[in-house]
Amino acid sequence: MEEPHIEEEHNQNKLIDVAPALISVHPSHKAIAVTVGSDLRVFNLIDNSPVTLVDESNESFHKDSVRAIRYSASGKLFVSTGDDKLVKIWSAESWRCLNTICSEKRVTAVAISHDDSYVCYADKFGVVWVVELDGITKKGVSLLSHYCSIITSLEFSPDGRYILSADRDFKIRVTVFPEEPLQGAHEIQSFCLGHTELDIWNLMKPSKRKSQLLIYALSQILLLQRWLFKGNFQGILLLSCDLSAHTLSITKVIQIPGESFIPTSISVSTSTLWMVSGASSGSNQPGYSRVRVVSCMDSEKSAILEDEQIPGGTKLLEKLQGKVSIEESVMIAASEAVRTAMSSLLMKKQYSEEKRELRKRSRNDKKTTN
Amino acid sequence: MGQSEILIMESETKPTFSKSTGLPRKRFYRARAHSNPLSDSHFPIPISPAHVDFSLHFPKFVGANNEEVSKKVEFADIGCGFGGLLISLATLFPDTLMIGMELRDKVTEYVKERILALRKTSSGGQYENVSVVRTNSMKYIPNYFEKGQLSKMFFLFPDPHFKEKNHRRRVISVDLLDEYAYVLRAGGIIYTITDVEELGEWMRSCLEKHPMFESLTQDELDSDPVVELLCSATEEGQKVARNGGQTFRAVFRRIAYVS
Repeated sequence: MEEPHIEEEHNQNKLIDVAPALISVHPSHKAIAVTVGSDLRVFNLIDNSPVTLVDESNESFHKDSVRAIRYSASGKLFVSTGDDKLVKIWSAESWRCLNTICSEKRVTAVAISHDDSYVCYADKFGVVWVVELDGITKKGVSLLSHYCSIITSLEFSPDGRYILSADRDFKIRVTVFPEEPLQGAHEIQSFCLGHTELDIWNLMKPSKRKSQLLIYALSQILLLQRWLFKGNFQGILLLSCDLSAHTLSITKVIQIPGESFIPTSISVSTSTLWMVSGASSGSNQPGYSRVRVVSCMDSEKSAILEDEQIPGGTKLLEKLQGKVSIEESVMIAASEAVRTAMSSLLMKKQYSEEKRELRKRSRNDKKTTN
Repeated sequence: MGQSEILIMESETKPTFSKSTGLPRKRFYRARAHSNPLSDSHFPIPISPAHVDFSLHFPKFVGANNEEVSKKVEFADIGCGFGGLLISLATLFPDTLMIGMELRDKVTEYVKERILALRKTSSGGQYENVSVVRTNSMKYIPNYFEKGQLSKMFFLFPDPHFKEKNHRRRVISVDLLDEYAYVLRAGGIIYTITDVEELGEWMRSCLEKHPMFESLTQDELDSDPVVELLCSATEEGQKVARNGGQTFRAVFRRIAYVS
């Protein structure tokens, strides 16, 4: 009776250790950043050269898996954070680490305000912290909190008035981002509810119109995501959302032929879609990552670019993937790690009935008769 | 068949009910006083307030087709325990819908049975406006209530969680007040009471710190008929009075955001 439980737990522990590879492209397409495990790799698309990161502080880059990366809307700042409880803020021009914030818990999501003055980061206990980017502050202040739910995603609305936080209990909270964020964000604008049985993994860029229709679109997108993952779909689905007509439709299906490619992270800039598939290996070996590019995503001329055709070419692949070409065997072996990493993000951890009942039985609820 | 005959018949089939009053007996609904608010839910959560089927809770007020509803729940008793406050409020505000939220399943069962029994034995069709739901109100309040829906929220004798590391499990905290401010309408009132002095100070200071709540004046407290019920209506409150203990009240009004 006990053995299946131990095995289940062991498997679940393995799931948590593998981190998916992440990719983020500069808003004006100036550079690309990819993270695999704790390794942050950046390639400059203007000079076509790999970037060396400069970190003058005592901590040498990230010590544990990076879980979230992002460029600020202006493109001047870049932030990376993850399981090592450090939030590193980089200048996207000189690639020097401007500041390292220490968080008390592992960080799961990060966002930068539009005027580049605040960084918000969220942890597994549901607290969203805010830090003023004055170069001196080392610790965040609590901004808001989702009671004991893992926060999966943080976004600012395009006009910068609201901050959206999504959690593992199927809720998205839209809060007014105040003028004095260090005092806390107390005014909740609304909640986006209605996602059934799903985890919120990737929050789409919210439109300016905060209506019920957008919420409906979000929930349908998430339904699709999980269904696709379960059905072993490998590729990208392009959806278009018509808010006035209340419809969500699939405009394009992009599949990568010739290789097993499950995208773990995507990033879009100037209608070029950058995708990465990869995962950390959990041990000290370097993780695996594979970068693919789709150009002119919205138009009819969209095409999946071959390795030589992508901006930056083979030099980019060498920097971001570790090597230019990857053997088929390595790819197949790695795809298992990638699936593991993705499923831990998409599926909420379930405790079996037997485990719960076992725990309940050991409790003594009965009062002695008087 | 007379009223008393019906009661006896029912209590024979339902051994946990009292023969004389037709109401459930607490002895058969014992549960631990504490429940872990951090554990993941194993009861159904409504997807959104629009998905809550209020016709199940208030059959006489709400038709089967939820869309025709003009009445919405206005009072919420968070951690309603055995239902003492709700039962008293039901007759004081017969036209207002009110709901209790409780985490422990046995206790929720007790309250459900109590309400159903009271509805049956009442002569004037009373208690149709009160109901109970089993849920974790610290996580799922926005799933049940829309923005500004409630006019009163009650937090009577909440779990003090004495250890400092457990303070975050307290039902009143500055962060959770954001959510309570969201479901309360402007002018809505939050009532809290406890017999633990430290908790009383904590709750009062959280409410004072929060920019969307202001304290009621003494005059306003005196003229509110509900304030008296905080001490006298619940089993906890009656126990405290019996033991000659002191109670610490904090009653605040929800106001528009002041930066």
